[in-house]
Amino acid sequence: MAPNSIHWFRKGLRLHDNPALREAVRGADTVRCVYFLDPWFAGSSNVGVSRWRFLLQCLEDLDANLRKLNSRLFVIRGQPANVFPRLFKEWKISRLTFEYDSEPYGKERDAAIKKLAMEAGVEVIVKISHTLYDLDRIIELNGGQPPLTYKRFQTLISRLDPPEMPVETLSDTLMGRCVTPISEDHGDKYGVPSLEELGFDTEGLPSAVWPGGETKALTRIERHLERKAWVANFERPRMNANSLLASPTGLSPYLRFGCLSCRLFYFKLTDLYRKVKKNSSPPLSLYGQLLWREFFYTAATNNPRFDKMEGNPICVRIPWDKNPEALAKWAEGKTGFPWIDAIMTQLRQEGWIHHLARHAVACFLTRGDLWISWEEGMKVFEELLLDADWSVNAGSWMWLSCSSFFQQFFHCYCPVGFGRRTDPNGDFIRRYLPVLRGFPAKYIYDPWNAPESVQAAAKCIIGVHYPKPMVHHAEASRLNIERMKQIYQQLSRYRGLGLLASVPSTNGNGNGGMIAYSPGEQQQSGTNNNTNNSHCRNHFVQMTSGGSSSGTKTVSCLLSHSGFAVLCLTTCFSCACSLTCDGRQVGCDHPWSLVSGGNPWCGPSSRLMVLLARFLISMASLIQRRLFQRGHRNQPTADQTF
Amino acid sequence: QKKKKKKKTKQDTITDCDWARLPQELLLHIFQYLPLLDRAYASQVCRGWNQAFHMPELWRCFEFELNQPASSYLKATHPDLIKQIIKRHSNHLQYVSFKVDSSTESAEAACDILSQLVNCSLKTLGLISTARPSFMEVPKSHFISALTVVFVNSKSLSSLKIDDTPVDDPSLKVLVANNSDTLKLLKMSSCPHVSPAGILCVADQCHGLRELALNYHLLSDELLLALSSERHVHLEHLRIDVVSENPGQHFHTIKKSSWDAMVRHSPKFNLVMYFFLYEDEFGPFFNDEIPVTHLYFGRSVSKEVLGRVGLHCPRLVELVVCANGLRPLDEELIRIAKHCTQLSAIGLGECEVSCSAFVEFVKMCGRRLSQLSIMEEVLIPDHKYSLDEIHWEVSKHLGRVWFPDMMPTW
Repeated sequence: MAPNSIHWFRKGLRLHDNPALREAVRGADTVRCVYFLDPWFAGSSNVGVSRWRFLLQCLEDLDANLRKLNSRLFVIRGQPANVFPRLFKEWKISRLTFEYDSEPYGKERDAAIKKLAMEAGVEVIVKISHTLYDLDRIIELNGGQPPLTYKRFQTLISRLDPPEMPVETLSDTLMGRCVTPISEDHGDKYGVPSLEELGFDTEGLPSAVWPGGETKALTRIERHLERKAWVANFERPRMNANSLLASPTGLSPYLRFGCLSCRLFYFKLTDLYRKVKKNSSPPLSLYGQLLWREFFYTAATNNPRFDKMEGNPICVRIPWDKNPEALAKWAEGKTGFPWIDAIMTQLRQEGWIHHLARHAVACFLTRGDLWISWEEGMKVFEELLLDADWSVNAGSWMWLSCSSFFQQFFHCYCPVGFGRRTDPNGDFIRRYLPVLRGFPAKYIYDPWNAPESVQAAAKCIIGVHYPKPMVHHAEASRLNIERMKQIYQQLSRYRGLGLLASVPSTNGNGNGGMIAYSPGEQQQSGTNNNTNNSHCRNHFVQMTSGGSSSGTKTVSCLLSHSGFAVLCLTTCFSCACSLTCDGRQVGCDHPWSLVSGGNPWCGPSSRLMVLLARFLISMASLIQRRLFQRGHRNQPTADQTF
Repeated sequence: QKKKKKKKTKQDTITDCDWARLPQELLLHIFQYLPLLDRAYASQVCRGWNQAFHMPELWRCFEFELNQPASSYLKATHPDLIKQIIKRHSNHLQYVSFKVDSSTESAEAACDILSQLVNCSLKTLGLISTARPSFMEVPKSHFISALTVVFVNSKSLSSLKIDDTPVDDPSLKVLVANNSDTLKLLKMSSCPHVSPAGILCVADQCHGLRELALNYHLLSDELLLALSSERHVHLEHLRIDVVSENPGQHFHTIKKSSWDAMVRHSPKFNLVMYFFLYEDEFGPFFNDEIPVTHLYFGRSVSKEVLGRVGLHCPRLVELVVCANGLRPLDEELIRIAKHCTQLSAIGLGECEVSCSAFVEFVKMCGRRLSQLSIMEEVLIPDHKYSLDEIHWEVSKHLGRVWFPDMMPTW
């Protein structure tokens, strides 16, 4: 008997290049395409109205395209785990297909559904099509750990076979004898809901700058390629005032929801390049946008705490400030810096901002000015940004706040100068902050410096009609750069005066580090040196030494997982190097500045002592770890609708 | 209790030795490898281990972490532990630092602890605000009286880090009166209540001072001359922050002769300067030779100023430029490569350099460039090199693999 299939849509909202969907119809009697939507979850979720609208438009488009094949989309109200068993029975299902989801929550959810399906005797087929590569393969190639620098990632990619070709678009021919049984009341039961039905107030909602759906995505990609062909040299486009605005050739939200296949994009780019450049083979930089996305998916796939600072092994612990008022000012575009406020307004209104604009606001919130945790910014983006994806969003925030991925932190985007360089005339500001329209270009980025007469002529008094700047940028960046330096110098054990050398060099394959760690030091990093950042230190050690210190790793993992701040480490004030209690660490040139010769612990360390100490640590930490695990098991289980 | 059980089984199965008979010296040696919390667990095992836990040697260094749940994500040092330390170990403390979050309560708590440290003799003290400068929010009198407790009682303070605090001239006088023979390091960037005369008094009296950090408005010719007087030891680091309070601020100049005196006295000293100025405020800087070794420009700096840097900073080791206008920095970089023969580290953020000028720069500096951090956007492809070619060319001259820094396209 030919099977009855369900194809479960989550991301991958498309009929083109959808291998799992293709499997669903292969030799099947019936196929039903379902999408789960929990109306209760919709209202309470952290996702803003623009993103919901985009999703609903994608679903409507999907439904419209399925109708052309005499099929329909079944939007099911509820949670998959609750509803699937009923559907399996009701529709006599014997095959379930879906696209592979690489994110930790998705993997957990899918594992549960797989189990459920197996118990019901349903065959499950999963296909990778949201990413170009099999991420596990990349990790395997890197020795079991995800690559933490983009360069390393590129090296690994170049050793892999090119991505698989896109599969054929679902068509009448492919459908063959396979049909979709549709009931009379399909619209009532399974129709795509409206925003109002989901409880959103749509009055005064401006029309979508980014209309969702596969059809739109396919028109856009053609235009995108036309423009690329027009530019022809394929070089990085120079930033200008125009690039800040939503472009009809932008693709990121469509890739995010899978309205556009990344593989289709990849191969269209390749073809175009070959055509224009006469068959020379394209450089990796051609696929930049796609590869960055891939990089963050790879980094996140096995790390359920990728979106957190605490308990995230790749995230540097930075003592961010908790400051809800300042955060609200940033999120609502009331910082008093027109450049920042205009970007945040654009984000709120349209759901998309240019990537350099993302850098600007992210830097401002975190290490640049406000010193507020990147997690807070990430949550705001998750609500507002159409292309915000769990992995890419968290990864980019960690990157921009210099919390991971070995970033140089010296470069802070100036909330005045950066905008002025990009758009000297200030048209972008005037578009999104009409209140500042009257200011001349000279003052539009720092209106608080305008003489009163200019403010009066512009009909906008700073402090009355538009806020004064919420921070003194020069002072804030002085403080913040100093703090980043201290944190990184502790991590890297760099003892000199240089700013650049505090971040280990990650050039080449990651082994070209300027900081050489002796094996002895590696051992110590596990035993005595506390530290809050010991897990990160370990990554640094691995990075810089090529890393094979399994013993150290276990110990410091235990330490970091124990979740307790340990107090035996202090900082040498002259160079911020870490000095440990035993004084052996005093290799810096400032013996007077901390533990000095009078310390009785100086002296050759005995191997036995180290071993004994490690034994004690593991004893203590085992207990702590168990406690810790118990405390942290209650992770959110709510199904991430999208 | 769990731990004890575990110990027992280990004892039975693996060894026959009696853990309680481990000599104290050995135990101490082991304990020093353990973080405090693990030591605390171990101290519950038996009386001997408990005694070891309280040995003075284990309490010389301490870092107080004072955070409020409302303003920090990090854990704080437990209040009971703080009480214990003040009661039992305050006379053992020698190397103490306080890390406080952005709340005034935390800074006040730090001051309260400080004022209880009457019977201890500190060698180092650091007051570190981890988020915002919260010591500035504490009533000045409260802060000063807490700090003077330490100054008066310590007598042998050698390092003091009090950046972003309301320390003032009279309290520095107390510091000098009690610790002038021992003071070697003083970091006090952004201490608005200190005057040039106040810091001059420190430099005059503390002849062992080797490291000093302060803001530009405290820097004077007199201070440099005092630091380079015959009785004074060689200075090792001088860190100057040049911060603009409001646009168009005017800055004084330092005479070339004062810098010359400094270099004659301490030929190896490092001068680290951080600039946070508007472009039009650089007038008084880099017109004469200055012995700066590490230069950081936190805001946009003009081509012209960078040109002057190339002419007047022969000792330059590290240069970091966060931003510059839209005109390429080609000639400026070449000039810097030519005149700054010590330069070994450079970082460029929002700047522009043509690829061929950059290659020329790297070629001139060669392998001494151990740090080369250039944002990808900085490099403008030209007729000679494309972006794909440049990393080969640069790697060749550096003798190691090099790539420009990238930001995610997101």
